[in-house]
Amino acid sequence: MPTFWIMITVLALAAAGFVVGRSQAVRAVSGNTRLLHSRPNYYGWNVALFTALPPLLLLLIWVLAQPAIVARAVEDHIPAEAIADNESRSLLMADVQRSATELGRAVSAGTLTEAEAAALTPLDKAAFDRLAKAGAKVSDTPHVLAAAQDYRSINKTAARLLTGLALALALGGMALALSRTVPEFRARNVVEQVVRGVLILCSLIAIATTVGIVLSLVFESYNFFRLYPWQDFFFGTEWTPSFGGGSKLGILPLLWGTLYISVIALLVAVPIGLFAAVYMSEYASQRVRSIVKPAIEVLAGIPTIVYGLFALVTVGPLIRDWLAMPLGLGNSASSVMTAGLVMGMMLIPFVSSLSDDIINAVPQSLRDGSLALGSTPSETIRQVVLPAALPGIVGAVLLAASRAIGETMIVVLGAGAMARISPNPFEAMTTITVKIVGQLTGDNDFASPETLVAFALGLTLFVITLGLNVFALYIVRKYREQYE
Amino acid sequence: MTDVPSNLPRPVGPGAPSAPQARSLLIADARTRRRNAAEKRFRLYGILAIAVAMLALVFLLFTILRDGSSAFVQTYAKIPMTIEASIVDPQGNRDPAQMAKVLTTSYGKILQDSLARYLDDNDIVVEGLGDKDIQGFFSAQGRADMRQAVLADPSLVGQVVEVPVLTTSRVDGMFKGRVSRESAAVDARTSVAQYDLAMALAERGDLQTRFNWDFVTGTDSSDTRPESAGLGVAIIGSFYMMLIVLVLALPIGVATSIYLEEFAPRNRLTDLIEVNISNLAAVPSIVFGILGLAAFINVMGLPRSAPIVGGLVLTLMTLPTIIISTRAALRAVPPSIRDAALGVGASRMQTVFHHVLPLAMPGILTGTIIGLAQALGETAPLMLIGMVAFVTTYPSAPPQGFFDPASALPVQVFNWTQRADPAFFERASGAIIVLLAFMLAMNLLAIYLRRRFERRW
Repeated sequence: MPTFWIMITVLALAAAGFVVGRSQAVRAVSGNTRLLHSRPNYYGWNVALFTALPPLLLLLIWVLAQPAIVARAVEDHIPAEAIADNESRSLLMADVQRSATELGRAVSAGTLTEAEAAALTPLDKAAFDRLAKAGAKVSDTPHVLAAAQDYRSINKTAARLLTGLALALALGGMALALSRTVPEFRARNVVEQVVRGVLILCSLIAIATTVGIVLSLVFESYNFFRLYPWQDFFFGTEWTPSFGGGSKLGILPLLWGTLYISVIALLVAVPIGLFAAVYMSEYASQRVRSIVKPAIEVLAGIPTIVYGLFALVTVGPLIRDWLAMPLGLGNSASSVMTAGLVMGMMLIPFVSSLSDDIINAVPQSLRDGSLALGSTPSETIRQVVLPAALPGIVGAVLLAASRAIGETMIVVLGAGAMARISPNPFEAMTTITVKIVGQLTGDNDFASPETLVAFALGLTLFVITLGLNVFALYIVRKYREQYE
Repeated sequence: MTDVPSNLPRPVGPGAPSAPQARSLLIADARTRRRNAAEKRFRLYGILAIAVAMLALVFLLFTILRDGSSAFVQTYAKIPMTIEASIVDPQGNRDPAQMAKVLTTSYGKILQDSLARYLDDNDIVVEGLGDKDIQGFFSAQGRADMRQAVLADPSLVGQVVEVPVLTTSRVDGMFKGRVSRESAAVDARTSVAQYDLAMALAERGDLQTRFNWDFVTGTDSSDTRPESAGLGVAIIGSFYMMLIVLVLALPIGVATSIYLEEFAPRNRLTDLIEVNISNLAAVPSIVFGILGLAAFINVMGLPRSAPIVGGLVLTLMTLPTIIISTRAALRAVPPSIRDAALGVGASRMQTVFHHVLPLAMPGILTGTIIGLAQALGETAPLMLIGMVAFVTTYPSAPPQGFFDPASALPVQVFNWTQRADPAFFERASGAIIVLLAFMLAMNLLAIYLRRRFERRW
C-alpha cells in the first residue's frame, strides 16, 4: 500500500514545514513578531499547505486514474481474439487482476521470489504446485499470466514513479514556500485564499456526486438499451429474466407493484400522520407534546431493515392467517398488503412532522378569526387551517410518496419477488427496488442485459423520485412564501 | 379530511330553516349538540391516530425483543468427555503435526461415545434413542472447538475433561420454546427421542444455558450450524465504515457548510450546489448503491465487500444530513459575534474559524452523530456493493483492513433472514437488538451533547 505511506510521509513533511516556516519567519525579525505582515503561524501554515497540497492532489488523481491506465497498458499484451467481445474482456481483466494480486501475495509470503514471479511460465509445474499448496490461485493461461506479470511490473514502475514525483513535489513546494517566507510576505492572505479554495472544492463534491449518479446510471442504461429494445422495457408486461437468454424485461409489473404498495402505504400513513399532527399542534398540551413527539420520531430513526424483518416475521404471517386465508384471497405471507402496512408505519413520522411544521406555519390570526365567529376548534381546523395548509400538506404527501417508491428493505423482505400485475393486495408482488437488488447482488456479468437492466431500473427510479421531489419542494416553497 | 363526517353548520339566513323561537344559551339545541359531538369525534380521531402510531412502535419493539433476546443465551452440554488417544492420536506419539491430520469428523465420535457412556453410567434410558440422535445432539461447531482445544494442548489426550460443548440449534430451541415435543416429531433434523434426552439431561443439570458471548464476537457460520453464528465480523465492518464516514463526511460537510453559509456569493454556482444538496438528501439509498458499484468498484477498481467502498458510499449519503444540520448550527450563531470579531480587525476567515465554528461545534457534532446513526442502519446500498458475501474471517487492522472483505450489521440481519433454518430468525432479531443498542447509544450521546452544550442566544 504505497499510497498510504506516501501520504503519511507527505503529511510528516508538511508538519516539519510548518515548524521550519514559522521559525524562519520569527528569526527574520529576531523575535519581534509585530514586524511581520501576518501572525507567525500563518507563515508556518503557508509552508505546510504548499508542501502537502500538490502531492496529495497528485495522489488523488492517481488513485482515480490508475485502474484505467494500467488496464489499457495490459490489454496490449492480450491477443485480440481473446477479447473479441465485451463480456470475455471484463472477465479476462478480472482474471488478470486476481492473478497479479495472488502473485504479489505469494511473493510477500515467500512462496516465490520476486525473480521467479516475474519469470513464471505456465510450463513451470513445480512453481505452480507450490502456489497451489499456498492457496494462491494464479491463472495458467499463457496470455493471462503474461498480462498479470505485466500488470505487476507496470504497477511497480508506476508506484516508484509516483513516490518520486510526490516527494519531489512536496520538497519543491516546501522550498518555494520557504524562499518566499520574508517579513513582508502576506502569508495570511495566501493561506486564506488556499483555504477558501479547499472550501469551494469540498462544496463541489455535492455536484460531483449528482453527476456521478447520473453518469453511472445513464452510461450503463445506454449499454442496456443497445442490447434490449426500449419499447419492450417500458411497455412490456412480463418480467422473466433468465441468464441463458430470451429474457423478457418489461418494467410494467414492477411499476405496478411499486405503485400499489406505495398507495397502500400512503393510505395508512397520511390519515394517521395528519391526524396525529393536527392533534399535536392544535389540541395537545405541552406535556403530551413533549412525550408523544419524540416517541413518534423514534419510528423515523429505526432502520428499514428492522421494519423489513418485522414485516417478514410478524406482520406477514398475521395478515395471512387473519385476513387473507379466511377471506380466501391467498396464502402468501409476503404480500402487497404486508409491505404496504409496514411501510405506512415507517412513513407516519415523516408525514406527521412535515405536516406539523406546515400547520404551525399557518398564522394564528386565521384561527383567532374563525374561533371568534363561533366555530368550534374542529370546524376551524377543517375549514380554515387545513385549506390554508393544503398545498404544503400535498407537498409533504408527495415527499412521502417519493420515499415509499424508493424504499428497499421493507419490500425486499415483505413484498415477495413475484413480478405480476394483479388487483389482489394479498398476493406477493415485487417492486423496482427489489429487482435492482435481485439483479445486482452476487456475481455480475456487466455484458448481459439481465444485469444491466438494473441500471435502467435505477434510472427510472431516480427520475421518478427526483421529479416528485422537485415538484414537492416547489409546492412547499411556494406555499411558505405565501404567509411570510 | 374526507373521512370526517361533515356536518357543517349551515348559514343562518332568510333562506335557512328557521330556528326555534325560544332559545337559551344554557340549553343546547340539536345543532349545537351535533356540532359538539363532531368536535368530540374529531378529537378522538386525533387521539386514535397517535395511539395507533404508539401501539405500532411498542408492538414492533416488543416483537423484536421477544424474538431476539434468546439469541444472547445458548445451550451447552457439560458432561465428562473422554478424549480417546486412539481416535485423536492414532500414531500415539503426541506429534502435533500428526494430530492435525485427524479431521474434525473424528472428534464427533469422541462426543458421541462420551455421551453414550455417560447415559449408560447414569442409567438414563430414553425410549427409541438411536446413534443418530446422539450424534446429532452436539453442534458441528462443538467438534471443531474440541479439536482446536486438543491441538492447542496435546496433554489433554487420554484425559477426561468436563468442558461445555455447544449443542445443536434444535436442542437449544427446546429450551427457548422454539421446538416442542410435537414439532420435534415432524422435524427431520431432530426427533422425539432427542427431545426426551435433552429433557432428561436438563433435569440432572447437565445442560446449561448461559450468556452467549460468541454471538457478539464470533463469525458467521454456514447454513447447518446456526448455533455458532456470530456478529463479530459485521460489527467490525460497521465500525470501520463509521470510521471512514466520520473522517470523510465531517470535514467535507463542515467545509461545504462554511462556504455556503459564510462566503458563497449569491450566484448560479451557489444555487446549483444548494439544489444538488437538497436533491441528494432525497435520492433513494439504493441509487447510492448503484453509484458505488459503478463508480468505486467498476471504474476505480476497489475490491467488492470492502469497508472502504461501503464507507465511501455511506459518506456520500450522510453528507446532506451533516450539511443541513451544520448550516443550521452556523446560522444559530448570532451575527453580533461576527460583527464583534470583524470589528476588532479579524479577517473573515479568522472570524469563522476562531469564533463562529467553535460556537457552532455542539450543534455540528449532534447532527453528525445523528447522521452516523442513520448510516449505521443503512442496508440497501451495501447489498449492491457485495457486503452480503459470506465472510468468516475477521478483517485485519486498518488501513489494510479497510480493503478486506467484511460484513455490516444490517446486512448481516438481512443475510440471516434469507437462510432456511428458523434458528437464524432468532439470530437476526438478536442482531437487530445489537444494532438498535448501538443506535440508541449514539442518539443518547447526541442528546447529551445538545443538553450539555446547547446555548440559547
